[in-house]
Amino acid sequence: MKALRFGRHAAIAVIAAGALALTACGSDNATGTTPAGNQTSSGPKVTGTLTGIGASSTGAAMDAWKAGFASANQGATVQYSPDGSGAGRKAIIDGSAQFAGSDAYLKDEEIESSKAVCGPDGAINIPVYISPIAVAFNIPNVTELKLDAATVAKIFRGQITNWNDPAIAALNEGVTLPDLKVTPVNRSDDSGTTTNFTDYLASAAPEVWTDKASGVWPSSLQGENAKGTSGVVKTVTDTPGAVTYADDSAVGGKLGTASIKVGEEFVKISADAAAKAVEAGKPVDGRSANDVSIKLDRKTTASGAYPVVLVSYHVVCSTYDKQETVDLVKAFENYVVSDAGQQAAADSAKSAPLSSSLAEKAQKAIESIKVKS
Amino acid sequence: MTATSLTSTQGAGRAGDKVFSGAALAAGCLILAVLFGVALFLVVQAIPALTAPAAEIQGGAGFFAYIWPIVIGTLIAAVIALVIATPIAIGVALFISHFAPRGLAAGLGYVVDLLAAIPSVVYGAWGATFLAREISPAYNWLADNMGWLPIFQGPASATGKTILTAGIVLSVMVLPIITSLSREIFLQTPKLHEEAALALGATRWEMIKMSVLPFARPGIISAVMLGLGRALGETMAVALVLSSGALTASLIQSGNQTIAAEIALNFPEASGLKVSTLIAAGLVLFVITLAVNMLARWIITRHKEFSGAN
Repeated sequence: MKALRFGRHAAIAVIAAGALALTACGSDNATGTTPAGNQTSSGPKVTGTLTGIGASSTGAAMDAWKAGFASANQGATVQYSPDGSGAGRKAIIDGSAQFAGSDAYLKDEEIESSKAVCGPDGAINIPVYISPIAVAFNIPNVTELKLDAATVAKIFRGQITNWNDPAIAALNEGVTLPDLKVTPVNRSDDSGTTTNFTDYLASAAPEVWTDKASGVWPSSLQGENAKGTSGVVKTVTDTPGAVTYADDSAVGGKLGTASIKVGEEFVKISADAAAKAVEAGKPVDGRSANDVSIKLDRKTTASGAYPVVLVSYHVVCSTYDKQETVDLVKAFENYVVSDAGQQAAADSAKSAPLSSSLAEKAQKAIESIKVKS
Repeated sequence: MTATSLTSTQGAGRAGDKVFSGAALAAGCLILAVLFGVALFLVVQAIPALTAPAAEIQGGAGFFAYIWPIVIGTLIAAVIALVIATPIAIGVALFISHFAPRGLAAGLGYVVDLLAAIPSVVYGAWGATFLAREISPAYNWLADNMGWLPIFQGPASATGKTILTAGIVLSVMVLPIITSLSREIFLQTPKLHEEAALALGATRWEMIKMSVLPFARPGIISAVMLGLGRALGETMAVALVLSSGALTASLIQSGNQTIAAEIALNFPEASGLKVSTLIAAGLVLFVITLAVNMLARWIITRHKEFSGAN
C-alpha cells in the first residue's frame, strides 16, 4: 500500500514537472527572434556587458536588439531587466544601470538629478521605438469606422452606449450601424499604452476626457478590462459590440480599426502615419542640444499623421566614466536606431521604424556621448 | 535495568542520531526564519505606504480606502469558490471512499489529484477565453429573472469576465485540495463504527451520516480552510479572468478586484510609493492567509483525538 501511494505521488510530481516544462517552452516563443543585424558593424567591434533596466512594453524589441547586437559584436552582451519605466528612470539617475528604457522621456527635475551621475549635461533621451495604438472594435459586418477624438472619448467614458448613436452615425455616412451595446474594454494592468491613449484623449478632447493621462485606467469609469494587449484583444474578439485600444501589431482577425479625424481628414492607422505624427512633434523646451525628447502634438493637423502613438525612449548618460562604456553604449544605441535595428524590432514587435530624419537626430545625439573630462 | 541500557550504545548510531536531530532542527528553524524574513520584508517595505499622506496613495484617499474594497473582493471570490467546491468535493470524496468500486476509486482519485497539477495560468486562460464567453448568456438570464437579488443585479457583463466567473474557476482549482484531504479522512473512519451502524440496520447513507461525517467533520473543516488559503492567494487565474473595477455587490457585472491580482497587474510598471502600496497590500493578504491557516491548524489540534492528522 505504501509503495503504491508513493508511486502515485511520484507520478504526480513527474506530471507536474512536465507541465512546468511545457509552460516554460511556451513562453519561449515570444522571444524567438532573428539575429538580423550583421550589416551594422559600422563602428569598431566592442566587448563587455551593458546593463539596462526599464519598460516591459519594448520587451520583444529589446530581445531582438540584444540578439542582433550580440551577433554583430562577439563578446559584447546587453542585459535588460524589464522592471518598468519608473524603475528604469530611477536606475539611470542613481547610476545602477547604464541605460534605461522608458515609455516617457525624463522630466526636467529628473534630468536635473541625473547630473550627479551623468555629468553637467545630465541624461539624454533617445527615441527608439514607435508604436501606433489602434482603436479596435468588434461590430459584425463593419470593418472600418471614422471617429474623432471626442467620440472616442465618449465611447470609452460610457457616454455613448449604443453603436447606432447619432454621434457615430454622423461621422460614418453610408455605414449601416447595428443596434448593439457598446462595451469598452481597457487594460487592467498599468501600461504605457494606456498612458499614451489617455494622453491623446485628454489633449485632443479635453471637454469630454476630464481625467489626466495615466498608466492606470481611471477607476471612476465603469467598463470591462483585461490583462495585457493580448487579453484586451482576445476579449474584444469574443464580445460583439466591444471596443478597445491596443498596439496595432496585435489587432487582427475580425476586428475593425477606426480611422481618426486629424484636421479635416480621417487617417487610417499605419506605421507611416505614426512616424509622421512623431515627426510633427516638437522638441521639448529647455533641453540640451543632444536630447531628442519629443513633445507629441496630439492635436496635430498635419496631413496623414496618426496621433494615437506610443514613443519609447532609451535614456543614456551624456558622459560616462570609462571609455569602454562609452564605446559600448554608442555601438548598441547606434545599432538600435539603425535601419537594421529598427527592422529587427519591426519584425519581432511590429513597431513602426523611426523616420530617417528622426534616426539622424538620434544618431547625432548618440555620437555626442563621451568620457567624463 | 535502567532505560539507557536499552538504547543503542554504538558510537556511530549515536552520531547519526545527533546529525539527524540537528538537521531536523535546522530545517524547522529555517522555515520559521523564512517566514519571519518574509514578514519583516513586507513590513519594512510597506511602511512608506502606511505612513504616507492620504492624497499620495492611489485613489487619493489613503491606504485604508485603497485596500478595503480589494480585501472584500478577495473574500467574495474565495467564498464563491468554497460554496461551489465544498459540496462537490465532499461528494466526490465520499464516492471514492465509500461508493465507487475499488478499481474506479483509485483511478478517480488519481484524476482528481491531477487537477491540482495543472498550472494556474492554464486555468486562467481557460476561464478567460472559454468559460467567460460561454457563461455570459447564463448571466443575462440571471439578470433578467433574478435581478431583484442585489447579487444578480443587471445589466450583466457582456464579456462574462466577472467575479462569479473568477469564483467558478477558483472552485475548480481548490476542488482537488478539499477532495484529497476529505477522502483520506473518510478512509480513516473506524471500520467498527461503520459496521456497527450497518448492523443496526442503517442504510449506507444513514451509516455515512451517523458514523463517517461526524468523525470527519474537523478534517473537512481544515480541508476547506486549506482550500480557502489557496483561493485567497490565487493570482494568475484571477488576473486573467476578472475584469476588475470598483467594489460592486452584483456578481454578474464587471467589477471587484482581489489583492493578489491587483499586485500582479500593477507591480511590473510600479515605482516609488506605488511599490510600497502594493507590498502593503501583500502584507494584508499575508496576514489574512496566515490567520486562515492558523485557524485550520487550531481546529485540527482541538479535535486531535478524532482527526486523521495525528
